[in-house]
Amino acid sequence: MSFSSSYERFFDIPIGPQHPALKEPILLRLIVEGEHVVAADVDVSYTHRGVERAMQERNYIQNIYLAERICGICNVAHTLCYCQNIEGLYDVEIPSRALYIRVLVEELARIHSHLLWLGVAAHEIGFDTLFMYIWRDRERVMDLIEEITGNRVTSAINTIGGVRRDIKPETCDRCLKAMDYLEERIKYYKKVCEIDPTVIARCAGVGILKPKDAIRLCAVGPTLRASNIKNDVRADDPYAVHDEVPFNVIVYDTNDTLARVLVRIDEMLESINMVRYCIEHMPSGPVRVRLKLSPPVGEHLSRVEAPRGELIHYVKSNGTEKPERYKVRTPTFGNIPALCEMLTSKGDYVVNIADVPIAFASIDPCLSCTARVVMLDREKEKLWVGSLDRLRRWRGWG
Amino acid sequence: MGITMWSRLRSPWLLHFNTGGCNGCDIEVLAALTPRYDLERFGCLLKGSPRHADVMVVTGPVTRQVRDRLIRVYEQMPEPKFVVAVGACACSGGVFRGCYNVYPGLDAVLPVDAYIPGCPPKPEAIINGVAALLAKLGGKL
Repeated sequence: MSFSSSYERFFDIPIGPQHPALKEPILLRLIVEGEHVVAADVDVSYTHRGVERAMQERNYIQNIYLAERICGICNVAHTLCYCQNIEGLYDVEIPSRALYIRVLVEELARIHSHLLWLGVAAHEIGFDTLFMYIWRDRERVMDLIEEITGNRVTSAINTIGGVRRDIKPETCDRCLKAMDYLEERIKYYKKVCEIDPTVIARCAGVGILKPKDAIRLCAVGPTLRASNIKNDVRADDPYAVHDEVPFNVIVYDTNDTLARVLVRIDEMLESINMVRYCIEHMPSGPVRVRLKLSPPVGEHLSRVEAPRGELIHYVKSNGTEKPERYKVRTPTFGNIPALCEMLTSKGDYVVNIADVPIAFASIDPCLSCTARVVMLDREKEKLWVGSLDRLRRWRGWG
Repeated sequence: MGITMWSRLRSPWLLHFNTGGCNGCDIEVLAALTPRYDLERFGCLLKGSPRHADVMVVTGPVTRQVRDRLIRVYEQMPEPKFVVAVGACACSGGVFRGCYNVYPGLDAVLPVDAYIPGCPPKPEAIINGVAALLAKLGGKL
């Protein structure tokens, strides 16, 4: 048996659906030539639960809690998007205080999500000390979310017509104090990520996504902003009170994983200022208007900037207490084609197998968010899952 | 108590398997392992390979697509092995009960030794569940 010195053979490496580097079930297929990844394909079907169908079976109030459980990490963004959508059908004015509380909780959830991601990213590059430090500080945000909403993770604060709980003055004081602490810690983490040789060696130049590819492949959120494209739903199409709360859209121009780390850190600092602004400028008044259970006939689309990017919900109502059609388009699904681009070696740009975990983590994958297609052929009694490639070449059923 | 049992009770290694959950339980399982709650003081360690693990921690509703892989991973674990269902979805299907692609609870697929309810359960509840499992093992074996 002889071995060739130049790699002539391609190997197919399947990773997942259960793998130490993955927190969620996903099948990542890598075609490698030696150490270099030359092609990547992703199968995200393992978390398909049939949420859109289930939404048609439940009424509008039950659906808030179902929408919340599309994704546990960006649950605030999902309920916010859902509630805005249904309120759009009624065409009502939501009390200003409720909108401020929504933005406050949304930004707290963004801080929690980005800290969580930063910790996981540190873990992926083998920097477990940083992971533990970040998750310790993240508990401060979780405490605040628990105090404001009553639950650590699934907050259930947004409801159709406003929010379920008012915020107490003493909670606001504790919130401001925690923001001071977090600002100091996050600035420290920013310094660590900018100067630490471990972070730079593992992140700089890894997972390149050029601006023109980012636009072509419809990347969203921090992944897009790290490719130097200024795009944020909060600024472009302000919802709730984002037109009143000042903030900067963060962009970086190095297009790599390090840029995605820094975009998220700077976004947390912006979120801290937004939380402060919301607390200082929160108007008094009611926090909820009561609405009828069945919205009028119509359809509505709503967009929200979730921590992972642009989240789109669409509803079609037929006047009954259950939606006729509900569609969710989640940010991670939009980022999957961009991910495959990042994981493919081209010309001078080389992706090593060891770079795959951090490049994969850099889009902040949240697969439970991600939409999938399952096809059922009733005549042949066959069930299969549509791949991205198959969907691209769609010619109809079968 | 033999030395095998003694060491088994003092260092149960965990394998975390997300069967299609919303990540809410996953981040609480991870939070339980990080400094504030520190599940590692019971000797628990999160392992990547099923061949090294004693306890499988399952989060999320079991989807039809993931079922075969779940059973295969379970079969790869050495005996004796234990399964903990974390969260309402793993216990009973939770809000997804009745969805066409979801089994009504983990026990429809695998034998379950401990159930930790909650949506998601707090890290304290997860620690309590693991401690209860260890106590059960100490009495049973």
